[in-house]
Amino acid sequence: MSRLIRVLGWLAALGLLAGLVMAFGVTPREVTQGNVQRIMYVHVPAVWVAYVAFAVVFVASVAHLLRRSAGADRLAHAAAEAGVVFLGVNIATGSIWGKPTWGTWWTWDARLTSVSVVFLIYVGYLLLRRMIDDRERAGRYAAILGILGAPNIYLVHVSVYWWRTLHQPPSLLKAGSATMPPVLWAAVLLNFAAFALLSAYFVAKRTRLLRWEQEALP
Amino acid sequence: MSYPRRAWIVLWKDVLSERRSKETLNALFFFALLLLFVFQFSLGADRERLVAALPGLLWLGFVLSGLLGLGRAFLGERENDCWEGLVVVPGDKSAIYLGKVGGSLLLMLVVEAVVLALFGIFFNVDLAPHLAPLALVIGLGTVGFAAVGTLFAAMTAQVRARELLFPVLLLPVLVPVLLAGVKATEAVLGGETLGAVAHWLRLLAAADVIYLTVGVLTFDAVLEG
Repeated sequence: MSRLIRVLGWLAALGLLAGLVMAFGVTPREVTQGNVQRIMYVHVPAVWVAYVAFAVVFVASVAHLLRRSAGADRLAHAAAEAGVVFLGVNIATGSIWGKPTWGTWWTWDARLTSVSVVFLIYVGYLLLRRMIDDRERAGRYAAILGILGAPNIYLVHVSVYWWRTLHQPPSLLKAGSATMPPVLWAAVLLNFAAFALLSAYFVAKRTRLLRWEQEALP
Repeated sequence: MSYPRRAWIVLWKDVLSERRSKETLNALFFFALLLLFVFQFSLGADRERLVAALPGLLWLGFVLSGLLGLGRAFLGERENDCWEGLVVVPGDKSAIYLGKVGGSLLLMLVVEAVVLALFGIFFNVDLAPHLAPLALVIGLGTVGFAAVGTLFAAMTAQVRARELLFPVLLLPVLVPVLLAGVKATEAVLGGETLGAVAHWLRLLAAADVIYLTVGVLTFDAVLEG
């Protein structure tokens, strides 16, 4: 198990390195935005990884409530932490990109708002876990929130889009994504793979640490 | 005993205890009145600004009084050591959940009706022509509010920082209900038909269904202790 985790860690490190080379060395400088655009190679993969992590939280939460398996509970806990971290990275990089591009750190744009609401829901999830001393009960209650969180992500996105865009349904494809050159796509996808490996590494490490904690303090 | 009957008994127990003590309702009415003053002071006397902000303020009033009211939903069970009683009730526990949601819903609707009347009187808004569509919007929103609020109230009833954790968990989850409620109320007060806000009503209905389903399916796990 620990060897597997180590391999995962090295693969993630290699992937991140390759992603950096791709983002700074291979992809061309964007004409209008300049180098600022390169933040996309971190920004976009981070949100994808975060949503995969929340999907894992959902599945593990269902498994925990059905079978009361401590392993599923630990997985949900670790995945929620990873999701919050990567979504935090996404919001922070978006804000850093927004300052030179839009001239402001923050605006109540639909995407920004809905993503940060989701962020707050999962920060609440971690808070709930922390505030309940009884580990078994914390797991059960957190699982309920983990299950409610997933369909709520969808509701939040739809409602925030309608709120900002006045009745227009959300467009599935970002403007301009169809014309994005393949080399940019390759950089985004490579970074996504690296981030996915990194988050799998985090989750594996955290799950193991949680298991050790529970074995030490039953 | 049948499932609806068990839910009804829980609901009736809550209504009866509230009717006799009037503890929550009296305080909430007073709180709603205080909110009006706070809103008025923070916005100033400018009539146009007030009217523009009215739908948001209305829902803010619902949410704030709802946080106080719903947060107490399981206080009686906790303080009078009836939690174990709920745990040992035979049969499907979700009947207890639905009964509790019903009780919270009634409480909220009464408070909201009073808040609405107070808004009409103190802010001099003629609500009468919009009452029927407004009732639908508020009713749909409140079902979702009560459904997820009751679930979270049960979850936080046994937690140390209950008063703090309850709103922190509830508010972000309720964002869709809040947005839909405010937007639909705004349109209705602006004289638009319900057809113009059909998409918001559908969203509210979807939220109600999702929250109630999750509550019914998971309440067993909350009651365990």
